[in-house]
Amino acid sequence: MSRLKRLFHQFGSPPWLFQFSGRVVPWLWAACLILSAWGLWWGLFRAPPDYLQGESVRIMYVHVPAAWMSMMIYLLMALMGAAGLIWHVRAAEIMALSSAPIGAAFTLLALITGSLWGRPTWGTYWVWDARLTSELVLLFLYLGVLGLHNAFDEPRKGARAAALLSVVGLVNLPIIHYSVNWWNTLHQPASIGVSGNSIHPSMLWPLLIMAVATKLFYAANLLTRTRVRLLEENPRRRWVRDWVEGGKA
Amino acid sequence: MHPQRKKRLLAVLLILLGVSGATALTVWSLQQNMLFFLTPGDAQVQDMPVGQSFRLGGLVENGSVERANDGLAVRFKVTDGVGIMTVQFDGILPDLFQEGQGVIARGALNGEGLFLATEVLAKHDENYMPPEVAEALREKGHPAGSGT
Repeated sequence: MSRLKRLFHQFGSPPWLFQFSGRVVPWLWAACLILSAWGLWWGLFRAPPDYLQGESVRIMYVHVPAAWMSMMIYLLMALMGAAGLIWHVRAAEIMALSSAPIGAAFTLLALITGSLWGRPTWGTYWVWDARLTSELVLLFLYLGVLGLHNAFDEPRKGARAAALLSVVGLVNLPIIHYSVNWWNTLHQPASIGVSGNSIHPSMLWPLLIMAVATKLFYAANLLTRTRVRLLEENPRRRWVRDWVEGGKA
Repeated sequence: MHPQRKKRLLAVLLILLGVSGATALTVWSLQQNMLFFLTPGDAQVQDMPVGQSFRLGGLVENGSVERANDGLAVRFKVTDGVGIMTVQFDGILPDLFQEGQGVIARGALNGEGLFLATEVLAKHDENYMPPEVAEALREKGHPAGSGT
């Protein structure tokens, strides 16, 4: 068996996933806390103000990483959902569904911080341009995935319906990403891309630290949620009993 | 791969393909409506009728801003390098409103080809830099620093 295939099987096995996540979760949370504190301090206090926006540029250090996460989590959620649909792996379904509330929270954060930045910069909290609207649609997709899952009495049926919706919603991701290039929008085009970036290094570093910190937050939060669900769904399994009695897993 | 899993994988891919195709066609046909604003060049090509409300976007031409001595009324020219239009606005401009910067104005043309705006928003570009860097760039004549 190839290494990749073995990893796939390991992640699909609840006892292995529970044990593995138990080992890495504390480190993920610790690294996330340290990087968030460092990134926020750098971004909010040490980084220079912008030549046009002044101090309100600091909202970017939360807004941009949150917006990136809102899309990355959706992609992972849909991929894990699809894996659940195709291979019927319960662990993949659980991880896809545990991603939805985290992604929804990041989407909401991106929308709120963007709106607070828009007021002093553009002169309005909200406009219906392609970027803002498609990001709002992303929030509704997350809420739809959560709602659809809860609408079924049988959790596995709910997970499959939710996974199907998340796969269908994938089409929104390129629309969000390219909206600023395809159409005239009030939202500016991306500052960071494969062809280079238009953010000064003194502002880029705290942004990148925050980008890593939010990814660690997602990983830590996802695995913590997954552990809870694994325990809830397997109350009578041997490995759960061992963990409860021995206090280790 | 197990034949049944292969079938399910195929089904998921087909759904994704179908939905992408449908969305692409819809978005394509709505292309015009997805534009948040028209540039002066677009507006002149389309020959926007008098009184028809639309959003006009472009750069504020350098040296074109004229403020009234009494009140908030302001006139400025918006250009996209192709066309040019004069905008009249009676209200509070956003802080980022400057000559050489992007703006989006909502309003309509009057009989004399003057764009009467009811709302003016500033458009921010993708450049982020500290004031010193902008200053240095401007001294070298680089366009990125021209906003200040």
